[in-house]
Order: sequence, then C-alpha cells, then structure tokens
Amino acid sequence: MATRAQTPRAPRKKREPSPTRNSPRAAAEATSKGNGSQPKPNSGKRNAKTASAIEFDRANHRPALITPEQLEKLIATLINDGFEVIGPTVRDEAITYDPVKCVADLPAGWTDEQEPARYRLKKSDNPALFGYSLGAQSWKTFLHPAEARLFAAEKQNGAFHILNNDPIPAVSRALLGVRACELAAIRAQDRVLLGDKYRDPIYGSRRESALIIAVQCSHAAATCFCVSIGSGPKVSDGFDLLLTELVDANGHRFVVEPGTDRGIGLLARVDAKPALEADLAAVESALASAAQQQRKLDTAGLKEFLYENFENPQWDKISARCLSCANCTMSCPTCFCTTVDDATDVTGTHAERCRRWDSCFTQSFSYIHGGSIRTSAKARYRQWMTHKLAAWTDQFGSLGCVGCGRCITWCPAAIDITEEVRAMREGGVRADA
Amino acid sequence: MSSEKKDGAKRKGGSKTGVKAAAKPKIAVFKFASCDGCQLSLLDAEDELLAITDAVDIAYFPEASRAMLKGPYDIGFVEGSITTHHDAQRIQEVRRECKTLVTLGACATAGGIQALRNWKDVDEFIRVVYASPQFISTLKLSTPIAEHVPVDFELRGCPINKYQLIELITATLCGRKPNIPTNSVCLACKRKGNVCIAVARGIPCLGPVTHTGCGALCPSFDRGCYGCFGPMETPNTASLTERLRILGQTDDQLMRGFRGFNAWAWQFRRASEECERK
Ligand code: SF4
Ligand code: SF4
Ligand code: SF4
Ligand code: SF4
Repeated sequence: MATRAQTPRAPRKKREPSPTRNSPRAAAEATSKGNGSQPKPNSGKRNAKTASAIEFDRANHRPALITPEQLEKLIATLINDGFEVIGPTVRDEAITYDPVKCVADLPAGWTDEQEPARYRLKKSDNPALFGYSLGAQSWKTFLHPAEARLFAAEKQNGAFHILNNDPIPAVSRALLGVRACELAAIRAQDRVLLGDKYRDPIYGSRRESALIIAVQCSHAAATCFCVSIGSGPKVSDGFDLLLTELVDANGHRFVVEPGTDRGIGLLARVDAKPALEADLAAVESALASAAQQQRKLDTAGLKEFLYENFENPQWDKISARCLSCANCTMSCPTCFCTTVDDATDVTGTHAERCRRWDSCFTQSFSYIHGGSIRTSAKARYRQWMTHKLAAWTDQFGSLGCVGCGRCITWCPAAIDITEEVRAMREGGVRADA
Repeated sequence: MSSEKKDGAKRKGGSKTGVKAAAKPKIAVFKFASCDGCQLSLLDAEDELLAITDAVDIAYFPEASRAMLKGPYDIGFVEGSITTHHDAQRIQEVRRECKTLVTLGACATAGGIQALRNWKDVDEFIRVVYASPQFISTLKLSTPIAEHVPVDFELRGCPINKYQLIELITATLCGRKPNIPTNSVCLACKRKGNVCIAVARGIPCLGPVTHTGCGALCPSFDRGCYGCFGPMETPNTASLTERLRILGQTDDQLMRGFRGFNAWAWQFRRASEECERK
C-alpha cells in the first residue's frame, strides 16, 4: 500500500510541463507520464526509505511462489491501490521503463545484446518476462527527473510573489523490475540527495512514495560488471518484493521474497504459495549464471591509483575518441548533476526557475567567472571517471559506479570505463610504487 | 499583423517590466540570401507575438509590416548569408544602424545550404542556369555575417527554434544572459527519454557533434540528426567520423553528411573535406 504521506496531500493536477525553451514536448515527456493516480493517504506503518531497516523475519516468511497469472493480479492490485506501475516494456527497439498496465505490456520473449556503442533487442525462445538485462535508461528518470520546475514567481502590484515553491507532488509509483545494480544506484543517489541535512525534496517525494519490486538477474549482458563492484547480481535489501523468474521443466513461475510489511501484505492479496526447495535451488543457479561476467573492473587501490595518475598518457588517448556528448552521464544511474536556469516571459512579470540534468562533459558545467575551466575532452573525461571511481568514495563513502555498463553500451564512441581503467593501470603510475 | 504605432498601445506591465517604458526598444529584421523561414519563426510565435509587439517597436520588418522606420535600431536581426557585392556593402550599413546585431539561422551564421557553391565553380552555374548570364552579379562564396561584421549573438538552426528567439528577445529586454545552451543534441535527446537510435539501431546520427536547440527533433522521429544547428561547442568530428564508418557510412556519405545547412561552419567544413580527401 501507499506510502508515506505524513501530511496528507490534496489531489493535484498533473504538473505543468516545465518551460523548456527548446521543446515543450521534451518537458512533458520527461515529467510525470501518469495522470490521475494520486498518493493515497498512508496506511502502511513504514516507508520505502527504511525498507532495508525493517527487521523482517525471514525465517517465518519462506519465499513464496507465484505464477504469471498472479503477477498479473499483483499489477492490478497495485494499480487499484493508486500506484502507477512502471516496468520494462518494448519501445523504440529497446527495453525501456515505462508505465505498464498488465503482464502483456512486459517484454515476454525479448532479450538484449549489449556491447560498447551497440544495443540490439533480440527475440528468444524463452518466454521469460524479465529475460533482458537492463533497460536503456535507468530508474533515475522517475526518481530524479530530467527536468523539474523549482518555483514560479510573479510581479503583482510591484511586488515579487513566489507562486509555488512546494516540491512537485509525485505520483506514487511502483517500480517493477529493479535489478541489483539499479538498487545499488538508488542507494547511491539516496546518499547524495537525501543523506545530508539539505535534502532534495523532488527526489525525496518520489523516492519515499515508490514501491520497489526488484528482480534478480539470471543472465548478464556483456557490458555488466556488477560482480567486480559487489553490487550484484544478488539482491539483498532495499525492496518491497523480490522476484526471481524461473522458466524450466517445472513451469514459468516466480520465487518471491517480501522485504517489507507492504510486501508481505501484497503477497497475501495475490494468494502466493510457499516456494519449494527445488525452486530455491533454481534461484541459486540462476544467480550463479548471472555472475558469470566477462567484464571486470579491478577496484583494488583504484582511488589512490587515479589520484596519482592525473597525467596518465591514457587520458589523451581517450580524449581523441571522446565526443563530450554526455550520453554516459545521462545514462548513468548514479550521476546526479543538474543545472538551474531562470526564465522570464516577454512581459517580464512572470519568472520560473527550472533545473535539468547536466553533465560534467559540457563546457558550461565548469564555467566560473571568465570561462570554462575544463576546456579539453581529456579534462572532462578525467573528471567523470575520477569522480565515479575515486572522489565519490571520499564524498559519499562508496564508489559512484555500480557496474551496470550503461555508459559502455550507450557511449556512441564505444568508450569502455573498464577497458580504460585497465589500459591506464598497464601504462600508469602504480599506486604502491 | 498590425503595424505598431510608434507611441501607441500601452504596454502590459508598463514600467514594471524592468525595461524603461519611455523608450520601447526598436527592432529591425533584415534579409540577405535566405529562404525567409527564420523570419517566419517570429511570426509563428503566435502565443507570444502580441506580448512581443507590446514590449518592442517593430520598426523595420518588410516581411511583416509596411511601416518602415529609420534606424538606429536597438536590436537588428539578420537572416541570410552574403552572396553579392551589394549585400556585402549593405551588411556594413546594417551593422552601423544596429546597437545589437543578432544573426538568425544557418544561412546568416554559417553560410547556409547555398554555401555548397563554395566548393564549385559559380561561373559555370551561372552559364548553365541563366538565359542571360550577363545580368547576374554574384560572389564566388556564400559567407556568414560574422565574416563581414562583428555579431553579438548567433541563433542557430535551419530554421531557428522560435522558443530560442523568444528567449533571446526576452533576455535582452530584461538585461540577462539568454539561456541558450551550446552542448550536444544528445543531452536533450536523453532528457527526453529517447532510446539512442545510433546505438540501438545503427542509424547514423550527427547529434554528438551538433549544437542543441531543436529539442532532438529528428532522433525523436527515428531519423538521425542532420546537424541543422551546426557544430556544438567542442565537436569531435574526427572521432564521430570513425564511428560512423563502423556503422557502414562511406566517405562520400560522410562528406555529404557534414555538407548540409552548416557546410561552411569551419568544423563541419574541415570534417567534410577530410572525408572527401580519403
Ligand atoms: S559509471 Fe557506467 S557502469 Fe558505472 S554505474 Fe554509471 S553507467 Fe553504470
Ligand atoms: S560524473 Fe560528472 S555528471 Fe556524474 S555525478 Fe560526477 S560530476 Fe556529476
Ligand atoms: S565517454 Fe562516450 S558517452 Fe561519455 S561524453 Fe565521451 S563519447 Fe560521450
Ligand atoms: S540518437 Fe543521436 S542525438 Fe540522440 S543520443 Fe543518440 S547520438 Fe545523441
């Protein structure tokens, strides 16, 4: 059931598209896609944010088993409870996370092939609904929206009035199909955007109202390296429900583990049956097959290594290839940077402040009085990688990379963060030297 | 469109707008070698047009109004490239008449599609195309305005984006910097939630080297970016060219790809010539 809403909110209209100068449609698409489903008054005792803190008695709740029909019922139950269910679906020849209404919207029998600068959707004989590895864009799209209006102001009778500086009310969303690395990325953004006395209300409202149905991987894309980072493929906490899809001689089914009281409640409402030992063994072997990953990132002493290699010759080689196009940071589920623009209308009486995703690959990102301080692609790529793999640890206590591989797949220049680290280690100053 | 009376209509908001009510800024729109599409973007700004005509005096805009007031003008918008001796002189006069000079679109900013002649023999074209070639007087090159006079702001695009034009006018009226980013099209494409067509389908796309401003229009409709807005702030055309070859583009296709509406912008020019040499 929904959500934390200590202050019950009055239903509100879908928010206005933010005043993107370039494309109103862009703004409309980037913001809430749902319409009409409002956060319901609180009925659960706990909120999603503390999901991992709940002392869930696993011993008394054996993992359950549900069929695809019961999954259908689960989705219907969530929609009935007022959630907008966001899950994997096929759009524009890729798996994307978009609103789904039923099991038929899920990508049954589709899988993905990923390699540097190349993604292809493939039909497989396996009818699995979650047989792909990762959606094109991450859940960041829904929790840390690409564009958001911070407030509007108007001049009335010569005075300046703030019209609306509330955090934009979020539709309560159920995120279906969150992978282990993606949960790790959400935790990373939690630390950045909520783990401080200055909390981000836009992220916070979306995050706290979100219900999370995680799905464990049974295969990895060629670009995945969660095992090196330690973020997957096994999911350990941070979910309301955890599914593992099994398709074998015993049929098409899902082993389900609840992680919160809400999860337990939901399972009861779809009449889940206890899972059998054989099912649990099948889960373990699915995870083992997902853990067979070709891509690796050697994280040992990486922070010190990068701090000592500001002048590694590899940066110049990357610089020749890097387009400074920002696809890596836009696709990355942990990158959180935004820019803020003020806009006025022609009459000069109405003003709005908007923020949108920004990237350390743009010139304006490092603009300080007099000019941009990271003028070369070398400086920008170095900023990105050093932030992800070194400085993030100092700032937020973990790596800024969860090993999802999106920056590898979606880089149009096929730059591979794992390969670059390897090349740099081969040619660089050794951290222990 | 009604022509604005010089001292006429009371302005909404009056002096509260932050612009001195006494002197409404005078705006002029000049045309050189172009198709008129960019000027039409101003007329196309239906929702804002009345507010704009309230806030400024449209003093000279032959496409839209018979009223033609003499300069000097506060903001002069220039559409089109320089292709004749006469225009090369006229732009000098225009510059003298305008406090702020803004170029509109790919023709004025980069020479336009007509700059394709810059790689060819113009005299031959004249002989072939015109029945009486002796009446034609033209320059060998089609060049952007900034090659002739100093320009204060260049609005990109073929055609320009009307929201950027409104933003520029609005920002100029209240004395702030316009919010017109110069990074790649990819940021807008990703913020919009598009699946990258280059990566997911192997469709050649110039988005990574192209200046943002269109709202990633073509990639949103399954077409690769054509580069209408010209080179972005730091275009790495050499690297993109390499990648596009891997996607199966031939040197001839690549050369033509960079030789579009912004062919004469130096980064695209260089990229196209490098592909031609191969
Ligand atoms: S840096 Fe790359 S692999 Fe790591 S989390 Fe970001 S997109 Fe995923
Ligand atoms: S890598 Fe760049 S865009 Fe991503 S969080 Fe760090 S500074 Fe921001
Ligand atoms: S690393 Fe790749 S995706 Fe990132 S800015 Fe460079 S070329 Fe673009
Ligand atoms: S489709 Fe084109 S503009 Fe969009 S992200 Fe891909 S390369 Fe960039």
